Amino acid sequence: MHRRSLLEQIALLGRSAIDVVEAMGRSALFLLHTMLGRGGAGSSFQLLMRQIHSIGVLSLPIIVVSGLFIGMVLALQGYNILVSYGSEQAVGQLVALTLLRELGPVVTGLLFAGRAGSALTAEIGNMKSTEQLSSLETIGVDPLKYIIAPRLWAGFISMPLLAAIFNVVGIWGSAMVAVDWLGVYEGSFWASMQSSVDLYDDVINGAIKGVVFAFVVTWIAVFQGYDCEPTSEGIGRATTRTVVYASLAVLGLDFILTALMFGDN
Amino acid sequence: MQTRTLETGVGLFILAGMLALLLLALRVSGLTVSTNGDTYKLYAYFDNIAGLTVRAKVTMAGVAIGKVTAIDLDRNSYTGRVTMELERRVDNLPSDSTASILTAGLLGEKYVGISVGGEEELLKNGDSIQDTQSALVLEDLIGKFLMNSVNKDKEE
Repeated sequence: MHRRSLLEQIALLGRSAIDVVEAMGRSALFLLHTMLGRGGAGSSFQLLMRQIHSIGVLSLPIIVVSGLFIGMVLALQGYNILVSYGSEQAVGQLVALTLLRELGPVVTGLLFAGRAGSALTAEIGNMKSTEQLSSLETIGVDPLKYIIAPRLWAGFISMPLLAAIFNVVGIWGSAMVAVDWLGVYEGSFWASMQSSVDLYDDVINGAIKGVVFAFVVTWIAVFQGYDCEPTSEGIGRATTRTVVYASLAVLGLDFILTALMFGDN
Repeated sequence: MQTRTLETGVGLFILAGMLALLLLALRVSGLTVSTNGDTYKLYAYFDNIAGLTVRAKVTMAGVAIGKVTAIDLDRNSYTGRVTMELERRVDNLPSDSTASILTAGLLGEKYVGISVGGEEELLKNGDSIQDTQSALVLEDLIGKFLMNSVNKDKEE
């Protein structure tokens, strides 16, 4: 392998930068075309149902189980610390705020990227490599409308609902541990939660986070599948990229959203 | 048949999601739909509200009967004005009732406690409670204690 000259190295850097910007532009155009594509409502409703089923309904078990365990662990840890200050009834407040503001949307986003995002990328990538997408185009069916759009919308719809279910199950699990097992008084558990959780500040802001993460994760997953190199390796790489990019995007965006929503008080 | 079970699954999923959101709103954030209509307002002026926040409880005999809806400074008397919304069913407070700012436990949140007076006349919507007791500020207390011990040293 010959040593590259300095100029070549700079050119290489430039090329990779151009590649990144190009990919971002492509993904934005891709999103635009998919969202604004002319839709014949009749058959696309069926397609959407099928996708919500495979993306949302089939993700329920992992979401419910992880929500339950995260809620239970939070209650256990919170109780152990709070009991030494004699304020163990604040467990309710601690768990509810942690889940609603941060853990609910973020963990759901991460799990969703791993469970549904990777599957989306692999599925679409496989369709591309077996030339199903291009044959659809040959018979005059727009693959963006027929294949991509239902998956995109299914992701947008499913993930916020999954995040809400995650929160409820987590809070239920924490109530189970704190009230039934550790003996926190039930009334003060719920009262401390209700007096500290605000509908707009916490519940609605958490739901907004869920919607944003749903948008980003699904967008990345679908685009990576559509844009992948149509080989077995290419699909593998694209699936990896989906999980990595989507997870990083969720964590990074979460910081920005938290700073915007809760940073000023 | 296949599509029917699929659609049922999706429908149940969306229902579960909506129900979860509703539960979060009602059970967790304690949003109550119907209380807006049947409350009335009282004002109380405190020398120091230290640490009382909006949405804090208003209690009587330990039972929550309302909440603090606004806190602002009264420009003329230089006191903190606390606006409280009390439930309509507790409409028999005597006009010389006292309001004090209390703390739940050693480290807990601040709340307003109302103790009953003995007057015949009752508080109405928009009235203010005259007799108030401010929040206990730990620094003031320590300051007074120190002053006392210094004075004692001087006397000796």
